[in-house]
Amino acid sequence: MIKINKHIVSEHGISEDEFKLIKEILQREPNLLELGIFSVMWSEHCSYKSTKKWLKTLPTSGEKVICGPGENAGIIDIGDNEAIVFKMESHNHPSFIEPYQGAATGVGGIMRDVFTMGARPIANLNSLRFGSPKHPKTKQLLSGVVKGIGDYGNCVGVPTVGGECNFHESYNNNILVNAMCIGLVKKNKIFYSIAKGFGNPIIYVGAKTGRDGIHGATMASAEFDDHSEDSRPQVQVGDPFMEKLLLESCQELMKDDAIIAIQDMGAAGLTSSSFEMASKGSCGVKLFLDKVPCREDKMTPYEMMLSETQERMLMVIKPSKKKSTLRIFKKWGLEAAEIGVITKTGNMEIFFNNSLVGKLPIKPLADSSPEYDRPSEKPFIKFKKENHKNFSIKSALIKIISSPNHSSKKWIYHQYDRSVMCDTYFSSEQSDSAVIRVHNSTKAIAVTCDCNPIYCNSNPKLGAEIGVAESWRNLIASGADPIAITDNLNFGNPEKKEIMYQIKEAIKGIKTACEALNYPVVSGNVSLYNETKNKSIFPTPVIGGVGVIKNISRSKGLRMNEGDKIFIVGNSHGHLELSEFNRICNKNFGSPPPLDLKEEIKNGNFVRNFIKKYNSIVTGCHDISEGGIILALAELAIRNEKGLNIKIPSNVKNSKNWLFGEDQSRYLLIVNNEDIIKKVAKKENIKLQEIATVSGDKFCIIKKFEISVKKLIKYNNIWFENFIEK
Amino acid sequence: MPKKVVSIVVFPGSNCDRDLDIAVQKYMDVNTELVWHDDPNIKNQEMIFIPGGFSFGDYLRSGALATKSPAMKEVIRLSKKGVPIIGICNGFQILTECKLLDGALIDNYKRLFICKENFVKIENKNTQFTKNIHKNVVQFPIAHAQGRFYTSEDNLKRLEDNNQIVFKYSSRDGKINKSENPNGSMNNIAGIINKNKNILGLMPHPERAVNFSEDNDGISFFRGLQNLL
Repeated sequence: MIKINKHIVSEHGISEDEFKLIKEILQREPNLLELGIFSVMWSEHCSYKSTKKWLKTLPTSGEKVICGPGENAGIIDIGDNEAIVFKMESHNHPSFIEPYQGAATGVGGIMRDVFTMGARPIANLNSLRFGSPKHPKTKQLLSGVVKGIGDYGNCVGVPTVGGECNFHESYNNNILVNAMCIGLVKKNKIFYSIAKGFGNPIIYVGAKTGRDGIHGATMASAEFDDHSEDSRPQVQVGDPFMEKLLLESCQELMKDDAIIAIQDMGAAGLTSSSFEMASKGSCGVKLFLDKVPCREDKMTPYEMMLSETQERMLMVIKPSKKKSTLRIFKKWGLEAAEIGVITKTGNMEIFFNNSLVGKLPIKPLADSSPEYDRPSEKPFIKFKKENHKNFSIKSALIKIISSPNHSSKKWIYHQYDRSVMCDTYFSSEQSDSAVIRVHNSTKAIAVTCDCNPIYCNSNPKLGAEIGVAESWRNLIASGADPIAITDNLNFGNPEKKEIMYQIKEAIKGIKTACEALNYPVVSGNVSLYNETKNKSIFPTPVIGGVGVIKNISRSKGLRMNEGDKIFIVGNSHGHLELSEFNRICNKNFGSPPPLDLKEEIKNGNFVRNFIKKYNSIVTGCHDISEGGIILALAELAIRNEKGLNIKIPSNVKNSKNWLFGEDQSRYLLIVNNEDIIKKVAKKENIKLQEIATVSGDKFCIIKKFEISVKKLIKYNNIWFENFIEK
Repeated sequence: MPKKVVSIVVFPGSNCDRDLDIAVQKYMDVNTELVWHDDPNIKNQEMIFIPGGFSFGDYLRSGALATKSPAMKEVIRLSKKGVPIIGICNGFQILTECKLLDGALIDNYKRLFICKENFVKIENKNTQFTKNIHKNVVQFPIAHAQGRFYTSEDNLKRLEDNNQIVFKYSSRDGKINKSENPNGSMNNIAGIINKNKNILGLMPHPERAVNFSEDNDGISFFRGLQNLL
């Protein structure tokens, strides 16, 4: 027996105070197995100990919310006895160490979270952040991550319909891979993870347990250093074929009423799945580890309990359905075993070779997991002194559309199967949100991922508010009613005051915006310690928004027809601080644009109702965000391969500010009847400005410059092609 | 009169079976029977589809493991009796692995999965599978990592001489050139038939081109197959 000493305790990422608490709970010293279990259950990744206090303040309920945070994923009601299950989750640390497997298993994990609840996954999205393109690792990380995401989703047969991909030097040594999945379920066929029924069998199904990923959750709860790549063995390996078999077998099993509780074995594997199920159901568990299907010889209880082998599920089933359950798994060629039983002791009792090797009280372990109110302090942001550059309107536009962040992402999304399942109406390059038809109906779901870390770094609260507002706006621009969000909070080390400040402020921002917009948070994930050698990433609270479109024929994309007029909805003040324009000029200082949530609601509701009421008049819609009016217009021209005649209103004093300003709460509406929109906007007291006519094949700003759309497209395509092929 | 029934063979890892099933039922006006891979009997022999996906995870080589399935052995037997068989994407890969169709489908030219809308020219309109499609160029999406058609020069010549090349990647107006070739296939080949003209394999997905608009070309593809029954 290994004696637990200080060194072993700290190796497990457990603080001295936490170790004291463990001894109090157990009323004795833990053994190595028990210590390992505590370490993963109380890791930042599983326990949210630094953020719990603040996450609790978020609005999580609402008329349409069926299930908020705490389950495998959040669930919203979309009517007709149907519901949407969704969540976003990070796989940042593993993806930096092993990009292909890290990203692939991130996709696999989030899909399991969704189909565990009875839903069939219908779309995947992802939000990716890489370091500077000049950083020597960026290209290889980008290629690996994109291939990993593609190969996994493509094989399982779930379309990857959208997301975002940005580059910034703050991610040089800590990339972000946030994967989101949405699934469709019948409201009366939702499965939860609340274990019930003393004597009921616990069934293990899926991949055999190996030594991969042991302590993955602990790895995701520490900073990187020079030796981080040594943790490669902690990165799990994905098998999408196994996932597909699990998905189909679970769907088949779920038609029956065999399952009482089900949970996927994600981070912290068998430990967290068994503890969470038992804790929610206030019961005890006996586990017989000899029965766990193992891939490798002589695995110890410690390894089995902490392994993060992918594509495994744990479920509690009705005893009478044991035979039929095992028959279904056999049909799909899956390994399934009865590895335990539900008890009324309230304890987790772990047996191996007929002896009790670990015994832990479930409730105290889960309930008294640490919750910290870590100190925070507003950071002083130093701005690098740089030589400012100057650009003409034309050269600035070209510079932006051919920049890494705004060039065409074709190279990425062509690797994702977007059309499998036949319900993808718009993938995210065709509309502000991806639009997925609800199978066999005329309804659709709109989904989008948004975050502007540049804004968040300068002002985390306002930046996070803008992220929420932008996702709301993107859904409205696609013709949807926004319903709820999932959030993925990516930050540095919370033990540092400045980082804790960013976390608290960002959560405040999400809370403010979500409350104002009636847009609750139904699921989420926190990824901390995204830093290397004391350098943190920019605060990156990614918002995954979901909305519903009652009739898919009323969804809108980035479409325009010859002769259409384009109007700006909302006020343009010309805010250039932290804009794309200022950034290309090397002016990296200042504040994000102000956000008036009342105006956001007013403009949003105007667009939403106008699309609904005058569907045939609206050809398309696009929100105005990074890059301002001019980039939004250029994107429309590029997308449609059509020209625009753009007229800057005569009262505009500074056309650069006006064209590139990133003021919030604005939309471009493309319409084929100008009279009606003018009339309705006037009646509702909405600021409306005519800006362009769709015409010919040139992008022309009257009295400024013109350029052929063909050239714009070339500029837009060039960066990615060169970067990858070089 | 009861509707006719066509068979769709389903493997572990197939993922276009549902999409194909829906398109076939709706536009061929038939019922379908999904045949599980380990079933050695295929009851409904009017016509057999092999759907897309990643059969058995496409481990080893795309389509290779599926050839060992009892259902595939039956498909091979029935193919000799002239039963019409259509393999789409992974289905096409399986048919070449079974040697029911010539050539092989290897890694795309850029070694990346590619998913996009593509125009496909119908090179041979005198087959039972294509004669009822009105257009000469259709638009079907592609989605594959191994779709680059490859065969020996001799075989290629034989395929050409026998008019076995049915689909080629093309421009919107039917021009066949390198820039319209998404995966590096020999001569832009997207689909072929066997010498006896009862087996068709194609990489593009007609079953994904039946939604959201009545003008979509997948509809005329499936409607055109009705005459085979």
